[in-house]
Amino acid sequence: MESIQQTESKIIELKPFTDEMIVNMGPQHPSTHGVLRLELRLDGEVVREAIPHIGYLHRCFEKHSENLSYPQIIPFTDRMDYVAAMNQNWGFCLAVEKLLEADEKKDFEVPERAEYLRVLICELNRIASHLLSFGTYGMDIGAFTPFLYAFRDRERLLLLFEKICGARLTYNYIRIGGVSEIIPMEPGSVDEQNYLDEVKEFLDYFEPKIDEYNDLLTANSIFSERTMGVAVMSEEMAISYGATGPNLRGSGVDWDLRRDEPYSIYDRFDFDVPVAKDIPELGALVGDCWSRYKIRMDEMKESVKIVRQILAEGLPDGPVMAEMKAVRPPKGEIYFRSEAPRGELGFYIVSDGTPKPVRVKGRSPCFSALSALQELSRGLMVADIIAIIGSIDIVMGEVDR
Amino acid sequence: MNPEEIYKTLIDRFGDAVLGFDFELVGDPNIQIAPAAIAAVCQYLAETDSLAFNSLMCLSGVDLGAKDEEFSVVYHLHSLRYLHSVVLKTSMPKTDPHLPTVSHIWKTADWHERETYDLYGIFFEGHTDLRRILLPDDWEGYPLRKDYMEPDFYRGMRVPY
Repeated sequence: MESIQQTESKIIELKPFTDEMIVNMGPQHPSTHGVLRLELRLDGEVVREAIPHIGYLHRCFEKHSENLSYPQIIPFTDRMDYVAAMNQNWGFCLAVEKLLEADEKKDFEVPERAEYLRVLICELNRIASHLLSFGTYGMDIGAFTPFLYAFRDRERLLLLFEKICGARLTYNYIRIGGVSEIIPMEPGSVDEQNYLDEVKEFLDYFEPKIDEYNDLLTANSIFSERTMGVAVMSEEMAISYGATGPNLRGSGVDWDLRRDEPYSIYDRFDFDVPVAKDIPELGALVGDCWSRYKIRMDEMKESVKIVRQILAEGLPDGPVMAEMKAVRPPKGEIYFRSEAPRGELGFYIVSDGTPKPVRVKGRSPCFSALSALQELSRGLMVADIIAIIGSIDIVMGEVDR
Repeated sequence: MNPEEIYKTLIDRFGDAVLGFDFELVGDPNIQIAPAAIAAVCQYLAETDSLAFNSLMCLSGVDLGAKDEEFSVVYHLHSLRYLHSVVLKTSMPKTDPHLPTVSHIWKTADWHERETYDLYGIFFEGHTDLRRILLPDDWEGYPLRKDYMEPDFYRGMRVPY
């Protein structure tokens, strides 16, 4: 009886109160671009906290590398950022080559022809990567058409890659000391001319398309409403979080390794580095999702410009591989970073003079950029999370390695 | 400033905490710092106007194997204002791998330190959220240590294939 009386005398509070809800977004979710799980703490539609959980695609790249010789590691780098695998190959090879060059006893130089082929193929790969980013970002926001257009054009690029190295996605094309000769292309031969003609044909087709895509998506009012002024990453924040590449330039920092710390033969080409600016008449702010996206659209034009310069000059004669018996860097340590489509890809290599490295660390641009997500998304709406993830353009293969 | 000048600046400021500069090393020579002083040195490098190392490019753990009794952590710093860079290295005994965190100086160190903790078992003191990041939370051991033996089973699944 006592307990019933207690219940009756209880005062019911009429304060409206809602609990925070915890939602797991991912790991299987189309707009997380792979297997990213976000633990969202929601107050209604407002995100109080978005905690990224990564590692679903961890394939022990660094552990594997310690048990393989240098050339054997290159296919593993393919599988890091699998939509820009040429650039990953190159990043790793550049680091090893830097260490080989530091060896005073050996005279090591990458042949001219290989350098031209590398720049040609990596800039095409950058276009392919940015096309994928553009297409999927549109789809995340709710525009399905750009995705089909982007994949149509990317397909032509993949066919070009297939013609030069036999693979569509994981190329293993750029090797230490040059490029692969698995499909022979003699200097001055018909094959070479045909290939370059095909590249030119693609560029002629593709260049006007960029403007078309800008009309289609960039200027689209639904798209800009969703992305302009959303998740502004300040200059200091971008630098502190180690955001690089288009994300850094989207925050207004004028920094591109291809121009500012030129490696390979980038100092011979003339190209601009797009940097985000406030556009008051549209409503875009420096560092918002739209600016990061726009940088990629502008970079495709610059890549086209670089490739056109190579076509105008023509490929130099000579071998495509440096003369060397085995890849055996001297005892030493090197950190080398290159400008991959997603930002600065660094490799830290510790060598003890044997054919296998002691330590290889891949500094992934997406890993650093993704760590800013938690701070960027605080206090925004759930739908904005999608806009942010697409705009920082992550590939989980590279985040998790 | 080049690494030699930065080394001299650090010697003047920190004295004994700066252990040496490896001129001979092929590649990137590094400045060795005592583990207890690493956070203070980093703070100094990041906040002094004439140095302004505002970006931490990379933070990596290193284990050289059984012949070495120490773990190392390597910091690659770069200044976007003066366009100079420097490499710091700090080593601690394998029996007691503890190091002050630098995640309050550069936010990118947050995840990089978690990764180093995850794979090497180096504890960063003062880190606000030191959890495993790439491996599952209940994984045992630190795989990038050279003496790591992979388990036979993980939750009933065979690990070696």
